Amino acid sequence: MKYHAEVTIGLKSGMLDPEATTIQKALEHLGFPTDSLEMQKCFVLELEAKSRDEAKSRVDEMCKRLLANPVIHNFDIEIEESG
Amino acid sequence: MKIAVLQFGGSNCDYDVQYVLTEVVGVDAELVWYKDELKGYDGVVVPGGFSYGDYLRAGAIAARAPIMNSVRKMADKGLPVVGICNGFQILVESGLLPGALMTNCYPKFRCDRVNLRVDNNTSPFTNSFKKGQVIRIPIAHMEGNYFAQEHTLSELNSQDRVAFRYVDEQGNATSEANPNGSSENIAGILNEHGNILGMMPHPERASENILGSKDGKKIFDSMVEYISSF
Repeated sequence: MKYHAEVTIGLKSGMLDPEATTIQKALEHLGFPTDSLEMQKCFVLELEAKSRDEAKSRVDEMCKRLLANPVIHNFDIEIEESG
Repeated sequence: MKIAVLQFGGSNCDYDVQYVLTEVVGVDAELVWYKDELKGYDGVVVPGGFSYGDYLRAGAIAARAPIMNSVRKMADKGLPVVGICNGFQILVESGLLPGALMTNCYPKFRCDRVNLRVDNNTSPFTNSFKKGQVIRIPIAHMEGNYFAQEHTLSELNSQDRVAFRYVDEQGNATSEANPNGSSENIAGILNEHGNILGMMPHPERASENILGSKDGKKIFDSMVEYISSF
C-alpha cells in the first residue's frame, strides 16, 4: 500500500528563531503587525508500507534519526493512504 | 603516528588542518574522503566548512555518513577526536557530543578574533593551557549558537566538560563577549571521557605567529602528546 506523509518540523516552544523574528519585523514594516510568527519545515513524502501504523512508525523513525533534531525540534506527522 | 583529517563534500578547512599538523606541528596527517576507509589512524580531526551546503541543518548530512561510525569506534577506544566549526556541528548532529548549534542570535555570519577562557585544562586537547587562561582564536560561522537543555548544561558544568567559553580580555564571560548567543558563552565542549572535543573557533587559523596567534597550535600539540602516551 502507498502512503502519503506530511511531516511538519518546528522549534520547540520558547526557542528563539532569529530568522522568524526578522521576517516578522519585515511584515511589520509593510503594515502587517503580528502577535507571533513561527517558521516550520514541511516534508511531503510517499512511501510503501504494509499498514498505516507501519508507515507512521517508519516516518517517526525518519524524523528521530534525521529530519528533526530532537534537542531543539518538535515534529508532527500526518499520514493518508494515497492513490 | 598518523592523524586523519576527514573530507566531506563542502569541507573547506581540511587542507589548513592538514598543513598545520604536518608542517607546523610535525606529525603525519592524511586527508580521508568520507567514502574511504578510516583505518590505521591514531586520531581524527573533523574540519570546518559547509558540508553538503548546510542542507537540512549544519552538519546533519555528514553526521549520518557511514564513516562517522568508524569515528565513533575510534572514540570508543579512547582515541582523540576533534571537531572544529562545521566539524563541531557534525559531532553534535551525530550524537557524539550533546546539544545543538543553532543560528547565531544576531543572524549574521561572524568572522572575528575572539577571546576564549580555558575552563578545562585536563583534557588531551587543553592540558598545556593554564586553567582560566585567556587565549585568542578566530571564529567564522553562522550557526555557532550552542544550545543544550538545562540538565545537559548542568552535567557539562558539574563534569568539567566545558573546554572553552567566549570571554572579554579579562576573562569574564559577559554577554558582550558572546559572539553568537551560545548558552553560558560556551565555545567548546568535551565528551564524558574527555577524548572528543568540539569547538566553534578555528585553532588551525591560530597556529603560527604570522597569523597573529599560536594559541591554537597548543591544542594540536596536546593531542599529539596524548596519542604518543596512549
